[in-house]
Amino acid sequence: MASLELGYVLEGDDEVMETFSRSNSSKLWFRRVRWGRGTALFLAAAYFIIPFYAAMQFSLQNKYGHFSLQPLTQIAQAPLFLSALWLSTQLAIATMAIVLILMVPTMIYVHLRMPRFRRVMEVITILPIVIPPIVLIVGVDGVTPLWLKSSQYLLALIYVVLAMPYVYRSLDAGLGALDLKTLVEAARSLGSGWVSIIWRVLVPNLRSALLSASVLTLALVFGEFTIASLDGWTTIPVWIYLAPTNNARINTLVAMMALLATCVVLMLIVSFDRKSHSRRN
Amino acid sequence: MSMDTQTPPSTMTDVSPPKTGAPVVFENLTRRFGTTKALDGFTLHIEPGEFVALLGPSGCGKTTALRVLAGFERPDIGKVLVDGRDVVHVPAQKRDMGMVFQSYSLFPNMSARDNVAFGLQLRHQRSTPRRARAEELLELVGLAEHTTKYPHQLSGGQQQRVALARALAIEPRVLLLDEPLSALDAKVRAELRDQIRALQQRLMITTVFVTHDQEEALSMADRVCVMSRGCAEQIATPAELYSRPSSEFVAQFVGISSRVAVVRTGDSVALFGRDLKIRGQAPEGVESLDALLRPEDVDVVVASTGLGIITHKSFLGATTRLAIGIGGAAVKADVLSSTADVFELGTRVDLVANARDVLVTASRPAT
Repeated sequence: MASLELGYVLEGDDEVMETFSRSNSSKLWFRRVRWGRGTALFLAAAYFIIPFYAAMQFSLQNKYGHFSLQPLTQIAQAPLFLSALWLSTQLAIATMAIVLILMVPTMIYVHLRMPRFRRVMEVITILPIVIPPIVLIVGVDGVTPLWLKSSQYLLALIYVVLAMPYVYRSLDAGLGALDLKTLVEAARSLGSGWVSIIWRVLVPNLRSALLSASVLTLALVFGEFTIASLDGWTTIPVWIYLAPTNNARINTLVAMMALLATCVVLMLIVSFDRKSHSRRN
Repeated sequence: MSMDTQTPPSTMTDVSPPKTGAPVVFENLTRRFGTTKALDGFTLHIEPGEFVALLGPSGCGKTTALRVLAGFERPDIGKVLVDGRDVVHVPAQKRDMGMVFQSYSLFPNMSARDNVAFGLQLRHQRSTPRRARAEELLELVGLAEHTTKYPHQLSGGQQQRVALARALAIEPRVLLLDEPLSALDAKVRAELRDQIRALQQRLMITTVFVTHDQEEALSMADRVCVMSRGCAEQIATPAELYSRPSSEFVAQFVGISSRVAVVRTGDSVALFGRDLKIRGQAPEGVESLDALLRPEDVDVVVASTGLGIITHKSFLGATTRLAIGIGGAAVKADVLSSTADVFELGTRVDLVANARDVLVTASRPAT
């Protein structure tokens, strides 16, 4: 095709010549746009990668200042690290379980029977973002019975409130993409009860919404500092802050590993979501 | 060839032994939504194994009636009897009714086979017979080669056939069809229409079919219930409904009718120079009457001194429909397309009524 076009151009056909030069200039324009995109991407990547690289370089050093993986082995030996990791994991699992058990049926009910209430839900679920964590923990501490106050799972209950805005939005988008009423009615007419409808029909179709809600909750629990610290529990962020080790490199490395783990999980979700999306379409 | 054009194989008569469905009675149902009465004393008796279509314009209550039968709506007043038992308080999941919806309702996370087997799984049927039954039903609807496909891999017509197989899998007491063809294109719609009717006749399952498409209702149903403002206007066989509409609403809604002012003499009226008997009951104490004419009730003859003028002409295939302005009325008439060349726009014509009797109604006040 290109040689044919060139043939016409050589014959001196003005109109074709004009088209050719126009398409040529548009190609140049595209190339310029690509350069622009490349630069923007590069700058954005540099903004994130340079500090990450600097922190990794700082933490992965031996005492002579040379690159070494030795600090990785030291993490596990750092005092209280494993117990902090275990506590954060327990809290994350408990928070995810409670928030999903609470929110999935509620959201399905609101979408099916009280669609007008969605606006109210939206406002209610945004409150935890507006209310400062310090107000939340002081308030909660004032009304909590002693037996609960002494339990680590009080933190999970508070995290449920903090996770609500993210979980609400993920589930709202997931449910909005389904023809919920028809699916529920079809399942009911075939003899399905509500538990079976939620478990066999809706949950499999809300997989990516549930996954993103879970990961956002996980990230929240692994990143929350104020409430855990004020309530006197050593979760991972509190451990990093308290630094019960005299080696700042290990603390930095732990923070970097947490960041890396979050990135990997997020990428997994995106790829999973894409796969299920392509299956649906 | 697309799967949509397949017809079900003829070797599947052993799928389910013919059995008689349950009788269904809607008794004086009323259902309000706010200030609107969706159903207003709706009553209908359906015989076992009968195919009944609920036909009517949007908002006439036909879908509400079906949803009440399915258990998705509860009536304010009235009873729904299935097999002689009132089911108003029985939850939808315990009614054993197979339903096919207007929008595609297959579970997106399940293959065609798993969709069909879903109801059987809920009935604790073991895996092997369940899969075999699901495959039999998919074969019955002509989708034997698509059992492992997911809904997004199937066309609209195929999805509705899977939905039909899924509804039939649970051997329902009543099959409910809520405008299952309206999202499909014309060709697939016509094929699926014939397929549903053939299946229903073979399985002899009581079927309630909701539609706003008169052609669908007339071609598929044993009886048609024309609904208006929440109640049944007329319940009759398709032929009776068409030839003997009980009211002006039915006459206007089923088929096309033209209104022509007529003069009454005793029990007949004078129309286009002929005396025709009044069909059924004429409105009492009303002097000015209109005749309601079907396009095939009128013959058109070209005449230079004719009183009518052709104002519109549309080709419908075998026939051509003419609109004729005559004495202030607009009359629609069908002529064979092979003879339609003589009827040009503006041609003067005479009309001759060819029916023996005619439906009359009170004249509309001039607007």
